[in-house]
Amino acid sequence: MRGTQPDDRRAAFDALVTAYWKPVFKYVRLKWHASAEDAADLTQGFFLKAYEKDFFSAFDASRARFRTYLRTCLDGFVANARKADARLKRGGGVTLIPIDFGEAERELQQQAIDRVDDFEAYFRREWLRSLFACAAGRLREACVARNREDRFVVFEQYDLAPDDRDRPTYAELARRLRLSQAEVTNELAAARREFRRLVLEALREQCGSDEEFEAESQALSG
Amino acid sequence: MISEPALDRLSAMFQGPDVTGTRYQLLSVLGRGGMGVVYLARDTVLDREVALKIVERPSEDANEARILARLEHPGIVPVHDFGELPDGRLFYAMKRVRGDRLDRWMASGRDLSERLGVFLRVCETVAFAHAHGVVHRDLKPENVMVGEFGEVLVLDWGVATTPSQSAASQRRIVGTTEYMAPEQARGEAVDHRADVFALGAMLESIAELAPVLAIARKARSDEPASRYQDVQSLAADVSRFLAGRAVEAHRERLVDRLARFGRRYRLPILLVLTYLVARILLLWLVHV
Repeated sequence: MRGTQPDDRRAAFDALVTAYWKPVFKYVRLKWHASAEDAADLTQGFFLKAYEKDFFSAFDASRARFRTYLRTCLDGFVANARKADARLKRGGGVTLIPIDFGEAERELQQQAIDRVDDFEAYFRREWLRSLFACAAGRLREACVARNREDRFVVFEQYDLAPDDRDRPTYAELARRLRLSQAEVTNELAAARREFRRLVLEALREQCGSDEEFEAESQALSG
Repeated sequence: MISEPALDRLSAMFQGPDVTGTRYQLLSVLGRGGMGVVYLARDTVLDREVALKIVERPSEDANEARILARLEHPGIVPVHDFGELPDGRLFYAMKRVRGDRLDRWMASGRDLSERLGVFLRVCETVAFAHAHGVVHRDLKPENVMVGEFGEVLVLDWGVATTPSQSAASQRRIVGTTEYMAPEQARGEAVDHRADVFALGAMLESIAELAPVLAIARKARSDEPASRYQDVQSLAADVSRFLAGRAVEAHRERLVDRLARFGRRYRLPILLVLTYLVARILLLWLVHV
């Protein structure tokens, strides 16, 4: 993790928790067949231990992706916790960023996943969902701050539409928002540009080095 | 929550670049560099193939394109076009070069003088860039292309620095460890002697003969002050070796000097020896 000063270290750690808590929670629920309550405890316990023991600092970008490393650490942590059959402590003098496990559980129910064949791919997809959600949230804030709400609405209704069948056409969007079709096209292009930038910015915050960021952004590009 | 179809849609934004509205049609991926992906594309207006580089990060913006546009040299791929894609990524179109990367070209069995000839062409190009204040910072065999008709091109100027760049970007640690000068690896500001170091590392992989290795070792000295102070001096020493003359970086033993003398003047020596043998034979025949 970047930064050796306590404040830097804490900020970098918070960025990681923000990006990974949902994928970790869902992964523990599905891979380890944990109840919602146990998964919440294990997720909290995992990040607290990671912070206290600083075990993310042992990550070597030349040997694996951070996601893979984190998942290996997580599997080890859950296996040990199960072996010890100990109740996991919440707190321990360190407060993590606010985590709404209820929201993650509702998402999991909504996804209605019967079975996961490839947990590596599943974890990556959940991490990506979390990364995009973070960037979309930042895009909304930036658009509101600049009085460009229309820009976010165009992006939300067109690119974030939950289902392809509900996706409006440019003409429909133009009617709804009282814009011309050319304005819809321009607003959407600008929102996508900004979204891409914010995704890369959020990704950069999660990476400990330029090399890791290069590798992650290339992986993002397929 | 971002739904599955929305997640697919957003992921697609990061995969293939959206070239809608441009004159280019993507054909395949040619390679991936530190700063972006290079595609083989068709310029539909001029009906020709080009190498289209898509730069991912806006912070790196047009660095390489501007540098390439400034450096007009046969050893540097010219830029035809530059612009922004609908998704905000930057692109620039370059001449498509057919050939082999230097590391693969050397692996296909080339003799020493051919390999050193290519190395000297790389030196010429890099010296030209230095004369324009540009330091490449990532010279390695993988970034040199040997074309079908013997052209030698130095590629990937994406991390090169110019005097107008900020001190912070000049100090950013970039490059390839094996070819990186110590001051560059430490994140200090570098000058053209960082490229001299990288060329020394390349030279070491080109030839294993003692005089060439001595040149390479001098070029890749840890201290910039102990290296050749410019690429021309390095190239001059390699040229001296090729011409059979003594190189500055290597102190010869008497036997080495005689061997080099023998190689350099092989034909005259053979002629004199043939003449002497013929004379001796003639004298012997006359006396018999």
